[in-house]
Amino acid sequence: MTKVSMTVNGKAANGDVEGRTLLSSFLRDQLGLTGTHVGCDTSQCGACVVHVNGEAVKSCSILALEADGAEVATIEGQAAEDGTLNTIQQAFQDHHGLQCGYCTPGMVMSATALLKDNPKPSEAEIRAYLSGNICRCTGYHNIVKAIMAASGQDVAIAAE
Amino acid sequence: MPKDHGIGASPKRREDVRFLTGNGNYTDDINKHGQAYVHFLRSDIAHGTIKGIDTAAAAAMPGVVKIFTAADFEGVGGVPCGWQVTDRFGEVMQEPKHPILAEGKVRYVGEMVAAVVAESAAQARDAAEAIELDIDDLPAVVNMKAALADGSPKVHDDLTSNLCYDWGFVEENRDAVDAAIKDAAHVTTLELVNNRLIANPMEPRVAIGDYDRPSGDSTLYTTSQNPHVIRLLMGAFVLGIPEHKLRVVAPDVGGGFGTKIFHYAEEAFCTFAAKACNRPVKWTSSRSEAFMSDAHGRDHVTKIELALDADNNFTAVRTDTHANMGAYLSTFAPSVPTWLHGTLMAGNYKTPLIYVNVKAVFTNTVPVDAYRGAGRPEATFQLERVIDKAAHELGVDPVALRRQNFITEFPYETPVAVAYDTGDYNATMDKLEEMADFAGFKARRATSEKNGKLRGLGINCYIEACGIAPSNLVGQLGARAGLYESATVRVNATGGLVVMTGSHSHGQGHETAFPQVIAEMIGIDESMIEIVHGDTANTPMGMGTYGSRSLAVGGSAMVRATEKIINKAKKIAAHLMEASDADIELKDGNFSVAGTDKSVAWGDVTLAAYVPHNYPLEDIEPGLEETAFYDPANFTYPSGAYACEVEVDPETGKVSIERMLAADDFGNIVNPMIVDGQVHGGLAQGIGQALLEGCVYDDDGQLLSASFMDYAMPRADDLPFYEVDHSCQTPCTHNPLGVKGCGEAGAIGSPPSVVNAVVDALRSAGKDVTHVDMPLSPSRVWEALNG
Repeated sequence: MTKVSMTVNGKAANGDVEGRTLLSSFLRDQLGLTGTHVGCDTSQCGACVVHVNGEAVKSCSILALEADGAEVATIEGQAAEDGTLNTIQQAFQDHHGLQCGYCTPGMVMSATALLKDNPKPSEAEIRAYLSGNICRCTGYHNIVKAIMAASGQDVAIAAE
Repeated sequence: MPKDHGIGASPKRREDVRFLTGNGNYTDDINKHGQAYVHFLRSDIAHGTIKGIDTAAAAAMPGVVKIFTAADFEGVGGVPCGWQVTDRFGEVMQEPKHPILAEGKVRYVGEMVAAVVAESAAQARDAAEAIELDIDDLPAVVNMKAALADGSPKVHDDLTSNLCYDWGFVEENRDAVDAAIKDAAHVTTLELVNNRLIANPMEPRVAIGDYDRPSGDSTLYTTSQNPHVIRLLMGAFVLGIPEHKLRVVAPDVGGGFGTKIFHYAEEAFCTFAAKACNRPVKWTSSRSEAFMSDAHGRDHVTKIELALDADNNFTAVRTDTHANMGAYLSTFAPSVPTWLHGTLMAGNYKTPLIYVNVKAVFTNTVPVDAYRGAGRPEATFQLERVIDKAAHELGVDPVALRRQNFITEFPYETPVAVAYDTGDYNATMDKLEEMADFAGFKARRATSEKNGKLRGLGINCYIEACGIAPSNLVGQLGARAGLYESATVRVNATGGLVVMTGSHSHGQGHETAFPQVIAEMIGIDESMIEIVHGDTANTPMGMGTYGSRSLAVGGSAMVRATEKIINKAKKIAAHLMEASDADIELKDGNFSVAGTDKSVAWGDVTLAAYVPHNYPLEDIEPGLEETAFYDPANFTYPSGAYACEVEVDPETGKVSIERMLAADDFGNIVNPMIVDGQVHGGLAQGIGQALLEGCVYDDDGQLLSASFMDYAMPRADDLPFYEVDHSCQTPCTHNPLGVKGCGEAGAIGSPPSVVNAVVDALRSAGKDVTHVDMPLSPSRVWEALNG
């Protein structure tokens, strides 16, 4: 076991981990931050996306020890203290951008990273960016709409 | 002006807040004090005889609590099958034993052979690797037709062959159909594959068994669409635990799509092992395990013949289908290619004679069962493809050919034993034509061609049968369960309501939509109504959520229970106002006496029910809680017309969906936003089946598409914005809400139009292409264009 410490959602977090412990496992099993989901074992689905030092990272594909000393942000830290949803979270609710909710934390964290780098992405840019986040429920339609809305863009679509 | 509450409004989903903030409560988020973890050692051989399992080295590994093999399950029942099909000769299907852990033989890659329970998941996995398995390979049976050939190796040595059943429907029509096809002016024949799929809900399956020694009560937490069904199947048939000693909890569930209906051996194992180890036992599936242990879907090989007279009227349909069951019968597997498929072969058309033959086959593959649509996509695909081919052969417009043969009078008795209550197939086709701008297609094709692309337009219709029922009929058809739903409505003293429903939400939004119905009935705010589901300790009995049944069946049960509540509340109100029951009206949450200005509020009546100081105690009991069981008189029959426009890159064969349009008739709509979302998701899965997804085994029974790197899940950049409409509404006549169900429509309705569109595009290049099998991968499309 090795000691690991990092800042998670602005708070100090410490633990003892095996060398093989993934960041996703550390967040879920040791810190109890179960909003980060694990949907695959080949780093394809994106349900486990968190931010490490401001970059979107699939937390199943780095070791907890690699995040030693890092600033980590998870879905649990996105809303305001009083529970008010942030702009992206609110857009997902407003546009029905989630159904079962399992991919949602990763989607929100990916969308947040996208809009940080590209505040007005086109539909095609959003779709390309989300190709590492799989959703089985929504067919992506309302997720793309939500992200366009969150970035202040017109989401008028034919037949709607 | 859209409504802002009640039926027809689209309030924001209340469940979203917890999902968007990481506060969902999925099964893997649950941890019980003192829990151990299980890792299943799964066979990497498709077919073989187990000569030995040496667990000595593994047992000595750190953290190991106990190792289980089949020997530990002597006297324990196998995983039961919930539907017994009778074949065309009157014999019941062949039904092999389905053990918890493999007994004597392994029959598919992924079958569980041994289980290691340890202090941590990693220790359990490490120890499982130290188990020495001695398995003698046997030849694997993978191809269905080869499996039925004389001399084929048998998946189950104690069965007479690999044939589960040979089903004919309607058997009495067989000769008449043969004669009609022989005498037809034109017969169109098509052979096709309905590709095997893997449902892949984003949340992998999880099971936690928990045993309370002082009370002797068992609890199973599981990722299920129907916890009561699991309690019944596992309690009664596998472990011998009566319902009052067994609780099954399915909390937030991350998608189901059918594959979380079934009772799985892992659930029984964890429940059994918790008692054997005297501590909670948890299993979390990896995605790799999910690929080789979740029941797969579809996998039909079909020949369909459509007979037409000289005026292009459909005169007969004859089909011959091989349906893969996999190595064992999953819970509802036998019903999918039979009653959920054969009964839909009339589609939207007044074909007078239909005969469906289905041979269900055992192979050395993962069990196959219901996946979004279950039998109905298979029926729709073959029918709508063969109609398109017929239109091409006859040189007629595919829309006109369909319209000419539409059923136009309702109720309509099909020749395949179902009675459609309502529908208006011309109306949805009219709506589709309006949305799709067929007239402008020529110009759009010209633009695509200028850009070096081929453009195709495909359309199709579909009919669905949702909310499978009634129980007395499905019992005759072989179902080993009832197909009602229950609801308990509990009104609290201060007027709030809790609804305990047997339906289960794993993305469908029941917590938002169900309160809209009660809010409308009573005239109170939706925030006063809470929906509770997913726990057998709360709801009396439930059949769960599948087959687009939640609102049509579960919602109807809730309506019936609420009607009982209102009737009783009116009696209380009558007493409070010293009036007659018959004169009491309920509107906007107030009870009034007709023709007077007397009224009492909802909350005054509910308070009186629990503080019965001024109360007719001699006539009615205190309290305000009612339960209803609703058993529908019939299926519901949603229908629609879909269109797809594709571009094909002739250089690469890559297909791009340019437009995907759906005009559906779902009857009445409670929450249009949720309905749109259901259709979107179905369309994505249908497009996925048509273009991307295919489960592939090699000849040795090795699963080649066993990860998201090998199995092409639809991603955001594979899909367009969809154009959907559900303004055509012919309400269901036999349920109190007039609703029909919308969960599977998109997955049923979209594959034929995608394939029809690609075939149309290829023909525009002068190729006489009649069919390309799904998934329409670039290599298959390129081959069709250049082969």
